[in-house]
Amino acid sequence: MYRYDEFDRALVLERVEQFRGQVARRLSGELEEEEFKALRLRNGLYLQLHAYMLRVAIPYGTLSSQQMRKLAHIARVYDRDYGHFTTRQNIQYNWPKLVDVPDILAELAEVEMHAIQTSGNCIRNVTADHFAGVAADEIEDPRVYAEIVRQWSTLHPEFSFLPRKFKIAVNGTAQDRAALRVHDIGLQIRRNSAGKIGFEVMVGGGQGRTPYIAPTIREFLPKQHLLSYLEAILRVYNQLGRRDNLYKARIKILVASTGVENFTKLVEEEWAEIKGGELTLPEDEHRRILDYFSPPQYQDSNGASKTFETHKTWNLDFSRWCKTNVVSHKRPGFSIITISLKPIGSAPGDASADQMDVIAGLAEKFSHDEIRVTHEQNLVLAHVCQSDIYEVWEALENAALSTPNIGLISDMITCPGLDYCNLANARSIPVAQNIAKKFEDLDRQHDIGELKIKISGCINACGHHHVGHIGILGVDKRGEEFYQITLGGSGAEDAALGDIVGRAFGYDEVTGAIETIVDTYVTERRNGERFLDTYRRVGLGPFKEALYGTA
Amino acid sequence: MALLKAHELTADPWTVIDGTGDPSGVDHPLITLESWVLHSDKLGCVNTPLGIFLKSHQSPVELVDDLDRFSVIALDFPKLSDGRAFSYARLLRQRYGFQGEVRAVGEVRRDQYLFMLRCGFNTFEVGDDVDLAGWADAATEVSVFYQPGSDDSSWAFRCRRS
Repeated sequence: MYRYDEFDRALVLERVEQFRGQVARRLSGELEEEEFKALRLRNGLYLQLHAYMLRVAIPYGTLSSQQMRKLAHIARVYDRDYGHFTTRQNIQYNWPKLVDVPDILAELAEVEMHAIQTSGNCIRNVTADHFAGVAADEIEDPRVYAEIVRQWSTLHPEFSFLPRKFKIAVNGTAQDRAALRVHDIGLQIRRNSAGKIGFEVMVGGGQGRTPYIAPTIREFLPKQHLLSYLEAILRVYNQLGRRDNLYKARIKILVASTGVENFTKLVEEEWAEIKGGELTLPEDEHRRILDYFSPPQYQDSNGASKTFETHKTWNLDFSRWCKTNVVSHKRPGFSIITISLKPIGSAPGDASADQMDVIAGLAEKFSHDEIRVTHEQNLVLAHVCQSDIYEVWEALENAALSTPNIGLISDMITCPGLDYCNLANARSIPVAQNIAKKFEDLDRQHDIGELKIKISGCINACGHHHVGHIGILGVDKRGEEFYQITLGGSGAEDAALGDIVGRAFGYDEVTGAIETIVDTYVTERRNGERFLDTYRRVGLGPFKEALYGTA
Repeated sequence: MALLKAHELTADPWTVIDGTGDPSGVDHPLITLESWVLHSDKLGCVNTPLGIFLKSHQSPVELVDDLDRFSVIALDFPKLSDGRAFSYARLLRQRYGFQGEVRAVGEVRRDQYLFMLRCGFNTFEVGDDVDLAGWADAATEVSVFYQPGSDDSSWAFRCRRS
């Protein structure tokens, strides 16, 4: 993984001291809260319902065991013994004290971490496929480019006060695990007919109150021009994006109102002016970053994968977990393990300090010292030798981390909702917990198969409900929580926005409604098709009928 | 208001002429775009340097053919969150080669100072109670840059290769 050189290190340390000064100015009263807000928000510090919340960047979701141990340490010393992994592959702490934040940032800097641009109207943490570097059909490791974009976008003097926040994702395989089409910019790595590497560039996707699936504005951008092209897009957006209305300020609105063709023309004209200039990626710089992401030295498989098969035969729990949480690695004899942070009845994405330490230890011993955070709020050990999988599973089992539900109905994305967030209209976490309890029976979950439920507590859509196979949106109706259900969304390569099924359900009704929808699917499905495929075949009709009757 | 240049206070010879008021007879008038559109024939040959003030929705692109008439271009930050002028300053410096004074006015805070310097601003309208030492610090708090700007400071690609 990427390691800081002297420049990276200097910048992060200087940023810590800069923020320490800003906090001191706030605490002394020199800065009013309003002005401080603009500063703290550029460093991941929010004021929530009950306390400050600090969001720490995990660039493209990759971290080392040492970094994970530091995150555990911070949870233990400065917070309430846990952290929350987010859909931007970051981690959030919900209870830090303002006076402690500079020290937390200094501790993070010791392990090459920071909170730069994890909030504010700037370019946020760049995300990437959590199976980067280990997926079989990958063209190139997307983290190489995510790191290049991370550096370019860090403290960018021109793009630090954009109309709104700005999110970029990179993916390198045919399967889109990075949700490119719901990003401000999605970069799909492509190889053209001449064998050259470049990007398909998608712009203007997003969720929130007006969701859009991003259109492609360039089919192939040669890789050396990545930064100049991004600079052109951002420069057009910074000048023309709306600033009069918070809800119309994202680039998706600019793209939609300008028209894709006109928007593309503006970008291409701007790019023509700067193409081939200073931002052209030098081959040696590309190589330097690429080297950090070269595959680890895999030991030869010791032939013990037979024991792996034996364990699967004899241990039903293990075998069931393998079915959902273990997938094949590009190298024979190795596997990718996804650790579910969605045990039944807990808050999705939360991990305790002790659990973080356990995972750090496992990564160190069994997975080349590397952990990934997925945008679906789980963790990944990406390089586990098959002969070690059983031992890893046993350790996870002891730490309450072996829930076998990846991709299943209880593997939900959920925003913090009204329990934490001051924007929320309704609770999200308890809804997720109720659904998980309803479908607690693992055999039933496995029978239902791949089904992505995503829950947001308000229209801002932090829980990605628009792209849930089943989406749940909390709304407030005269002081009461109601939940609107959408069906058929997807954030993957078959991206689509869900369709609203009908009138919303009360808090006490929503779990039952989800069960009705799932039962309807099970009745309608053919040949083991996924929920999403059944829905796309039969449409809303049968679901409406089951939920609301034939009237 | 006070004017900051190279981290020091400096005298401001310019007189702001609001709206489309007649600037003739004024020494060092700083006029609006509307005024320029209205009076450009007359103003083109006055015997004093001219400055122009652009609101944040007024791109300097509109002035491209007339840039050499102006000694000062003042770009507005009507609120902290409106960052359009960062792009305008870079365009003026890098694309249109504007050599004169690029002045930041409006919500100009020390925490944006370094960004402004890097985008090519060289004067800053600040409050009379400006903490000069604090501003000087703000200009040097971060010394590593990951991207080229409109100033001549070096940046990571280049540093790493040298």
